[in-house]
Amino acid sequence: MNDTVDAQRSGAGPSGTVPRTGRPHVARFAKLRYDGARERHVLLGPETVVVLNPTGADILELCDGHHSVADIVDELGRRYDRVVDDEVTQFLARLAARRWVAIEEDTITDD
Amino acid sequence: MTDGPLGVLAELTHACPLACAYCSNPLELTKRSDELSTDDWRRVLDQAAELGVLQCHLSGGEPLLRRDVVDIAAHASGLGMYTNLVTSAIGLSRPRAEALREAGLDHVQVSIQADEAVLSDRLAGISSFDKKIEAARLVKELGWPLTLNVVLHRQNIDRIEAILGWVEELGADRVELANTQYYGWALRNRAALLPSREQLEHAEAVTRAARDRLRDRTDVIYVIPDYYSRYPKPCMGGWGSRQLVVGPEGDAWPCLAAHELPLPRANVQEHDLAWIWRSSPLFSAFRGTDWMPDPCASCERREVDLGGCRCQAFQLTGDMNRTDPVCVLSPDRHLVDEAVAAANADPASGAPTSPGPVREPVLVPVPALVSRPHRAD
Repeated sequence: MNDTVDAQRSGAGPSGTVPRTGRPHVARFAKLRYDGARERHVLLGPETVVVLNPTGADILELCDGHHSVADIVDELGRRYDRVVDDEVTQFLARLAARRWVAIEEDTITDD
Repeated sequence: MTDGPLGVLAELTHACPLACAYCSNPLELTKRSDELSTDDWRRVLDQAAELGVLQCHLSGGEPLLRRDVVDIAAHASGLGMYTNLVTSAIGLSRPRAEALREAGLDHVQVSIQADEAVLSDRLAGISSFDKKIEAARLVKELGWPLTLNVVLHRQNIDRIEAILGWVEELGADRVELANTQYYGWALRNRAALLPSREQLEHAEAVTRAARDRLRDRTDVIYVIPDYYSRYPKPCMGGWGSRQLVVGPEGDAWPCLAAHELPLPRANVQEHDLAWIWRSSPLFSAFRGTDWMPDPCASCERREVDLGGCRCQAFQLTGDMNRTDPVCVLSPDRHLVDEAVAAANADPASGAPTSPGPVREPVLVPVPALVSRPHRAD
């Protein structure tokens, strides 16, 4: 499991995947909030606005640096009662590639 | 859903300690005594939030020259806006910065004119380089994300590698390397500012390498000078489409340079922002594609570049309804070509010719350079 971790340190791996043990959090520069005017959650940066669909908003609300990618997949799978693996990982890979989301790895130990 | 603007650029004042020759402020600067009050700005921001504005850029001139900048930032932040300070960093003392942090300011953009003090201070018209570097460090120390804004032109573009060295050294999260846009002050000074093709090629190669090197740390944004493009930029993402500007005296504009255009004004002291955005003749003038003349009207790119920039059309041809002269399909393209030819004709008068990794600053004699005044009293 840990073999692939180094290559994926900054989030999105070569094939657009994200490490399942990684713990994503919204980038320090970004702000996630609900926008009443558009009736959508939005992710705000200095020059960009990302208008989120409801699933995207749910994923990002769990990106708190505590939940791992696997936790988020489990939690949303429960909530929606369907398999959400690809949806979650692809969404996170896209946002990580644009640095909206950072994915911290757990400390790797030798044992 | 709403068709409201995403962002408001609040030009709090035209006063500025700097005197850059490419300043985007109007040639006629607003007097300090004519500026909106704190309460006026609070009302404008309330109306902006109601319209759907999500980002507030506090700009100028130098916004830190407004004593109430902390109150205004706190108000924008309290409305849930992503609040951004666009500053020369002159006047960003530690207590001031801490107060802004406390007020909920989200992001700071610091302008950098060059990579070292002699050239930087000459371009800014004031000793400022060391203060900027110090302020940029303070921004990072207080935990803000930092953007460095660099306006590129003939006299600093060859320093881009060393400028990017500062980006790395200061740990900037973003850098905007934006070639000068030729309106107002910059248009007056165009001959001294427009880079040669060779300079641009060097800058673009350096930028590509830096983008690769800094990939997981810094967003490197590079804005080409549109004089060297085949097609115009979709200015402001379309007229009255995403952004609005409110000037120090309360005039609202669809873009920074639109104050030059012969259009009826719309002022927040006389009208509600919602009316200005949705119904004013000013904001309706070039919305969509119906206003377009040929070659735009029948062009398949009309939804891509939206006819380009109205201000550029006006400033170069005297007619704001014409196709942006930057477009190769424009009958006025020769106006741009002539400026480009001049910028490439005589390297000795401008840029050095041998691209190298790091160069000594070249102090170009610029008798024609007209500095904007430091202050608007």
